[in-house]
Amino acid sequence: MTEKRTIVIPGTVLGEAEKRKPGTGTFRENNNIYASRLGIKVEKGDYINIIPLSGVYNPSVGDNVIGIITECQLSSWMADINAPYPAMLHVNQVPWKVEFGSTGQYLNVGDSIIAKIGLINESKKIELSMEDRGSRKIDTGIILDIQPQKVPRVIGKNGSMIALLKKYSNCWIFVGQNGRIWIKGESDRIDFIAEAIRKIEKEAHTVGLTSRMETFLKERQK
Amino acid sequence: MSISTIKKDYLVKLSKEGRRVDDRKFDEYRPIKIKKGIIGMAEGSAQVELGNTVVLAGIKMLLGEPYPDSPDKGVLVTAAELIPLASPTFESGPPRENAIELARVVDRGIREAKVIQLDKLCIEPNEKVWVVFMDLHILDYDGNLFDACSLAALSALNTTIIPNERFELGKNEPLPLDESPISCTFVKYGDAIVIDPSLDEEEVADARLTISLDKEGSVRAIQKGLKGTFTVKEIETITKIAQEQVKKIRKFLGDKDGKNKKEKKG
Amino acid sequence: MNKNEIQLIKKGKRIDGRRPDEIRPIDIQVGILNRADGSCYLEWGGNKVIVAVYGPRELLPKHLQDSTCAKVNATYNMAAFSVEDRKRPGPDRRSREISKVTSEALSGVVFTEQFPRATIDVYIEVLNAQAGTRCAGITAAAVALADAGIPLRDIPVSCAVGKVDDTLVIDLTKEEDNYGQADMPIAIAPRTEEILLLQMDGHLTMEEFNTGLELVIDACKKVSEIQKKALLNKYGSSLG
Repeated sequence: MTEKRTIVIPGTVLGEAEKRKPGTGTFRENNNIYASRLGIKVEKGDYINIIPLSGVYNPSVGDNVIGIITECQLSSWMADINAPYPAMLHVNQVPWKVEFGSTGQYLNVGDSIIAKIGLINESKKIELSMEDRGSRKIDTGIILDIQPQKVPRVIGKNGSMIALLKKYSNCWIFVGQNGRIWIKGESDRIDFIAEAIRKIEKEAHTVGLTSRMETFLKERQK
Repeated sequence: MSISTIKKDYLVKLSKEGRRVDDRKFDEYRPIKIKKGIIGMAEGSAQVELGNTVVLAGIKMLLGEPYPDSPDKGVLVTAAELIPLASPTFESGPPRENAIELARVVDRGIREAKVIQLDKLCIEPNEKVWVVFMDLHILDYDGNLFDACSLAALSALNTTIIPNERFELGKNEPLPLDESPISCTFVKYGDAIVIDPSLDEEEVADARLTISLDKEGSVRAIQKGLKGTFTVKEIETITKIAQEQVKKIRKFLGDKDGKNKKEKKG
Repeated sequence: MNKNEIQLIKKGKRIDGRRPDEIRPIDIQVGILNRADGSCYLEWGGNKVIVAVYGPRELLPKHLQDSTCAKVNATYNMAAFSVEDRKRPGPDRRSREISKVTSEALSGVVFTEQFPRATIDVYIEVLNAQAGTRCAGITAAAVALADAGIPLRDIPVSCAVGKVDDTLVIDLTKEEDNYGQADMPIAIAPRTEEILLLQMDGHLTMEEFNTGLELVIDACKKVSEIQKKALLNKYGSSLG
């Protein structure tokens, strides 16, 4: 069963506003719905959506992201989360008891963390939280940067793709919604997985990728 | 654009296993691609791709006054533009110290080896000489601008035609050149010293060394950069590797030139 | 060479053999730069232009931020070796003016309200100049914006119309630009024919102006097809 995938460019007519609803990557003008992004047209019920093929990470509350600390302040840190906006992590959002002025004892400039996006206000000020179980400071391994729009492909439907990667690599893999992927394991296994992820990124818009990746991983494992 | 500390840890760890992050050997260059004569408005031009680093060199020649201390020689002016197009880390504005250092190092490599026969570029001593402007335009930055720019500059000079006709000084002819020096750049991180650093390797580098060797393998120019240090033994190892690698690059360029002898300016 | 010695149109054909309404050949490559979020390399006649888009990204210094929308910051720059007489590196007044009108033109189609306080940086580098570089720059910038995933109402396109030897011509060459009677570059959003950029200098009767406008909008639409093809080609063949 093959899906038919149509690539559209911004300004392409997608449907009539009376009959359909504008989803992500689209806009309504007069009686029509148009694409605003370069991407794949996908129809879900009444909605027409565009899955973008490129673009920066647009933070959403609840996203799990990998951040890199850029500043230590007296009772907070600033982090780069690969978004158009810097994010703040306050001392009362971390699992440690941090005294005023001693933020540097826990996280330093250049440290990487897994955190959740807790809050985004109207002027796009972002606050992170490390309260939940998944959050931590990253101690070793590598962080791979991929285009944020390709993250869903690396995870796969119901996590199918990432399960494949973990199965064939014996590595610890965490995919941040912001296009950063943490891989921890033996160095040649890390190389192998990094190569596989780059392949997924390059072919993200194609059909049948999951089965092709399984073949690729099986062969390269030898 | 932030650099994580675990990146350096990982690169150092890999280096202890004798490996680099892109699987190259410590003394291995990335693939080099050169396109010559692609800018019609320039008197000479070349685009070099060194891995994913892309540099475009353009040569313009104009008439001007000689320097007072060399009244019968042509003038060479080298400039480099780290335009923001090439990297999210390059900022708009006049050249900062990195761009200036880059231009001056590339310039020295060419000037000290007397690549351009500047004494043949004099039209009237003290009054009129040819000024050779070499402008290096970085288009995509993935490490090792020194070697990419040096190769681009030399390749561009090799295609340069003096525009005599435009200035009514006779017929156009090729710029008189001697054998070119080749530069090799190394960086050190942890205890590892690697040639032709990629962007990742430059980001974690403690120290950097660029060395230019001429046809005989003699040293023509050196530049050490960044805040880290080299031991004398490390420098000796570097010069040995440079001599081998320069031979390889010369052969590569020579083979290319043989194939391209019939190519004309675009 | 003075104006009286050149005949710019002979028997309905221009110096380079084109008909008055013909544009020079255009070739577009999408996504050719590694570091940029979106990029485009465009050849138009002898023009060679490369554009990189970065963003939306944080706009610094903070006091320049607009709390309601992103700023579109286009910078037009000519490489020192791109013209006959070497150009001193750095922005001159002409480049700064072109940067301004280009930023304004592109702002007209970007959904800037989706990214308050951010900036969308568009770097236009002219590597080889043969007249019409600002039109080539905007046309390439539009493709680079789409490649970068910037949300757009439409893909802008630009072309120029002028007058030589009392004839309206599209897409002027260097000689036509230097010795002609009028030059009018325009940028439009092709879907709605909204005008994003319009500049003119020279002499045109009202009738010539109106006809010229029609002709250049038509030419823009032809260029628009080339942009669209290039964008679709980037992904087209490997869809599976």
